[in-house]
Amino acid sequence: MVTQLGGPATRALPAPGKSEPPERGTSLTGRIVKIVLLGLVVAIAIWAAFPLVANEAWIGLGLLVATTAVLLRLYLTPRHIPAKYLAPGTVLLIAFQIFPVLYTASTAFTNYGDGHRGNKDEAVVAIESASVTQVPGSLQYALSVATTGDPATGPLVFLITDPVTKQVSAGDADGLKKIDDATVTGSGKVTAADGYTILNAGQASLRSGEITALAVPVDGGAIRSSGLSRAYEGKAGRAYDESCDCIRDTATGNTWTADETVGAFVAADGERLAQGWKVGVGFSNFTRVITDRSISGPFLATLVWNFAFALGSTGGTFVLGMLVALALHSKRVRGRNVYRLLLVLPYAMPAFAMLLVWRDMFNTDFGLINNLFGLHVNWMGEAGTARLAVLLVQLWLGYPYMFLVTTGALQAIPAELSEASRIDGAGAWQSFRRIVLPLLMVALTPLLISSFAFNFNNFNAIYLTSEGGPFPADNPMNGATDLLITYTYRLAFGGSGAQYGYAAAISIFIFLIVGLVSAIAFKRTRAQEEVYA
Amino acid sequence: MRLRALGVVAAMTIPLLAAGCGGSDDSPSATSPSADKKAGELLIWADDKRAAALKPFADKFGSENGVTVKIQAISKDQQTTFVTASQQGSGPDVMVGAHDWIGNLVQNGAIDPVQLSGEQKSGIAENALKAVTFNGQTYGVPYATENLALIRNTDLAPEAPATIEDLVSTGQKLKTAKKASEILALQVGQTGDAYHLYPLYASAGGYLFGTNASGDYDAKDLGVGKPESVAAFKKIAALGEKGSGALKRSITSDNSISTFTGKKSAFLISGPWAITDVKKAGIKYDITPVPAFAGGKPATPFLGVQTFYVASKGKNKALAQEFVTNYVTTPELAVALYNAEPRPPALTAAFDQVKGSDPDLAKWQDAGKNAIPLPAIPEMAAIWDPFGKAEAAIIGGADPAKTIEAAGKTISSSIK
Repeated sequence: MVTQLGGPATRALPAPGKSEPPERGTSLTGRIVKIVLLGLVVAIAIWAAFPLVANEAWIGLGLLVATTAVLLRLYLTPRHIPAKYLAPGTVLLIAFQIFPVLYTASTAFTNYGDGHRGNKDEAVVAIESASVTQVPGSLQYALSVATTGDPATGPLVFLITDPVTKQVSAGDADGLKKIDDATVTGSGKVTAADGYTILNAGQASLRSGEITALAVPVDGGAIRSSGLSRAYEGKAGRAYDESCDCIRDTATGNTWTADETVGAFVAADGERLAQGWKVGVGFSNFTRVITDRSISGPFLATLVWNFAFALGSTGGTFVLGMLVALALHSKRVRGRNVYRLLLVLPYAMPAFAMLLVWRDMFNTDFGLINNLFGLHVNWMGEAGTARLAVLLVQLWLGYPYMFLVTTGALQAIPAELSEASRIDGAGAWQSFRRIVLPLLMVALTPLLISSFAFNFNNFNAIYLTSEGGPFPADNPMNGATDLLITYTYRLAFGGSGAQYGYAAAISIFIFLIVGLVSAIAFKRTRAQEEVYA
Repeated sequence: MRLRALGVVAAMTIPLLAAGCGGSDDSPSATSPSADKKAGELLIWADDKRAAALKPFADKFGSENGVTVKIQAISKDQQTTFVTASQQGSGPDVMVGAHDWIGNLVQNGAIDPVQLSGEQKSGIAENALKAVTFNGQTYGVPYATENLALIRNTDLAPEAPATIEDLVSTGQKLKTAKKASEILALQVGQTGDAYHLYPLYASAGGYLFGTNASGDYDAKDLGVGKPESVAAFKKIAALGEKGSGALKRSITSDNSISTFTGKKSAFLISGPWAITDVKKAGIKYDITPVPAFAGGKPATPFLGVQTFYVASKGKNKALAQEFVTNYVTTPELAVALYNAEPRPPALTAAFDQVKGSDPDLAKWQDAGKNAIPLPAIPEMAAIWDPFGKAEAAIIGGADPAKTIEAAGKTISSSIK
C-alpha cells in the first residue's frame, strides 16, 4: 500500500514568489466556521488571561499569549500548510501526553500527599491556628465589629461587653479601653457607640481576613473573634520561632525543629507534627518501590497474572469476536443486521454499571449464576474461580468491540482472494488460515496491542468486581486477581492516606513495563506488515 | 475543511492548558484581587441530600445578614474533593461531612477549630461533642449522629434477643421452619466490613486503638493482632461459614438490607439509613441495641457524627465562623436536616423537638448509648482495609490467630 499523504499538501503549497488570495477554495460556511472557531480561541485566551493576571502567573500568561499568537498567525495566513495539519496533533500530544507525563515525573520526586500538600508557611499557619485555645476560665463576650472611620477601609475595633460587669470596651491591636456611652441590647451586644460606626454582617464579611487576624492583647492571651457576634479570650499554644526554625509550645516549652528532608517539624524524640509540607525527596520513592519487601515479594506472581489477564482478556475477546464476525460475514445468514445489533448491546451498556451487576451475579448465595446452574461455588472466594470470573466478565464486555472491528476488516478483504484460493484447491480452513487471517492481522494487530495495553492497566475490571481478592489469610495487601495497578493503588492510597509522590513513582514503573511490551509488539507488527503488505 | 476545523478546536485547548500551568505555579498566593470579589459571599459544600435541606436556611441567613450564601452539592468523594480544592484555593468556606475526617483534614491544614461557649457546648449531645474533639480542640459543630443497631422483623422474631447466641438460635429455628433463609443480615462481603463488625469485635473483647490519659486514641497502642483480638476473632469465626453460618461473605453492602426487607432474614444490623427501605417494604420492625456475646463485653457500635466545618483556606472565614458557631447551633436547622434524612439530631433541643413524632429516635439513641466515636486519627485509614480482609478470611474459615496477626503487622507497618 502506497500512501498518498504527500499529494494534496504539496498541491496546496503557494507558488513561490506569488502571493495567493487568502481564502482560495474555501466555501462560505467554511469561512464562517473558521471565524467562529478562531474567535472562540481568542475568547478563551482572554477568559484564561484574567486568573493568570490575578495570580501574577507571568510565565503562564506569556505562554498563553505566545500560543494564541502562533495559532492565529498559523490559521490566518495562507502559508505553513504542513504546520496547519501538524498543529492539532501537536497540541493534543502536549496537552494529553507530554504535560501529564512531566507532571507525574516531577511529582514522583516529592513527598506530595496527605499531610504534605502545601508549603512550609502554610504548615506553620495551620499549626499555629490549630493551637489557639480558649484560656481556661476566661469569658465569652458579645461582639460587634466597628470602625472609627469608613466601614470599608477604617481601622477595625472590637466592641465587647463583659458578661458580668456589663462594662463595654473597645479593643484593637493596642489593647482594650473602656467606653461608657454605648447602647447595649439585653444579650450584651453593642448596637451603637459614640465615635464608632458598627459594621453590619455584609460590611464585616467584606473584611473577613482582617477580622480573623485581629487579636486584642489582654493579660494572659488575646481577645479574638468567633464569627461576627461572639468573642473569646484565646491563646496560641504553639508558635513558630525563626531563630531556631522550630515550633515552640508556649506551655510546655517543647520544640519541634523543621526537617527539610522529610518536610515536617520533628521533636528530639522523633515525634512529628501532623501538618507537614511538600519537599523534594530525590529518588527515595523509587528506591522504596524497589526495596520494599511487600512490593518485591509478590511482584513476580502479580506480574505473571497481570500478563495472563491482559493476554486472556485481549485474546479471549478477539477469538470470540472474530468467530462471531466470521459467522455473520457469510451471506447465507438471514437477518444479519438484527444479529449484529443484538451482539453489540453489551458494548453499548456502561461498563461501570455492568461490572457491578456481574459482581452480584457471582454471589455465592444470591447470585444468578449459582442459582441458574444449581451450583454453590464461592466464585470470588477462591483464587482459581475468581480469576476465571474476572476473565469471563471481560470476555462479555469486550467481545462486541472485537466483533465490530473484525467485521469492518473482513469487509475490506476482497472476496476474490478467497475464491481464487478455493479454485486452487484450498479448503475453508486453509483459505481462512492462509489468506483471511494474515490480512486480518495486518489491520487488527495495532488494535490488539492497544487493547492489551488497556487491559494491562484495566483498573475498573478488577476493582469493581473482585477488588483484587481473594486475599491470602496472611497477606491483606496482595490478592489473587490483583493487577499491578490495583495492587499499587492499594499501596499508595490504602494505608496511611493518599501518597501521590509514591503513587507517581509506581506509575512510572508501570509505564516502563507497558511501554516495553508495546514497543516489542509494534516492532513485530512492522515485520509482519512488510511480509504481507 | 474538517481537518482545519479540528485543528482550531484543538488549538483552543492550549490557552486552557496554559491557564492550568499558571494555576498550579503559585496557587497559595492566589488571594488578593479575586478575594475582594468573593467577599460578602459564603460558600457551603454538602452532599446532595443535605444541600437541598440547607438551602432555605442558607437563604434566611443570607437575607438576615445581607450576604449571599451559595450551596454547592458535592455528590462523590467529598473529603478528597474538599482537601484538594482547599489546597488550590477553590474550596468552600463551610464544609459538611463526617467527623472521622478530622484527623486527615487537620494534618492537611484544611479546617480551623471553632470556639463554642459553655452554653452552646451544653446544648450538644456529650458523645457527639467528644467525637469532634481532636487533640483537645473542637473542630466543628455536630448536627446529627448515627450508629448501628439491631433491626428485627417482629413478625418473625417477636422477642428481642438478649445475646448473640439467642439471636443465632432464633435464626436457626426460623431457618429450619423455612420461614427465613439466613440467620442474620450483617454485611461482610469478600473484603469484609470493619465498621459493621465492630460491635461484635468489641463485645468479644477486641479493640482497635488504646486510649491515652486524656481519653484520646493512641496510635502507638494498636489492638489488632494482640491476644485480645485473636480471642475475639475465635468467637467471630464460630459465627462464620464453617460455624453457625450467621456471618457470610455472600451478604454484602448491596444485599444486606434487601435480604432483610425481602424477609429472608429476621435480623439486620444496620444504621438509620436502612429504615427508609424497611418502612417502604411494610415490615413490622423494632430497633434494639446490638446484642452482646453471652458473658461478653457490651457490643458497642461506632458513633458517627455529621459535622459542619470551617475551612481554613476559605475566603470568608469570619462569616463562616459566624454561620457554623452561632447559626448551626440553633435547633431549627438541625430539625430541617433531620427531615431531609432521619438521623438523630446531635443538638439536644432539636432531638427533643422531633422525638415525639418519631418513636425510632429514642431507640436509636438507646442503641448508641455506649457507642464510641469512630476514631478520627489519621492512622485509622490504615485499619479499614486489612482489618476487613482479615474479617472476611476468618469468616470464610481461615485460622483466626494467623490471619489477624498478619493484619496487625500490615497495619503497624503502614502507620510507621
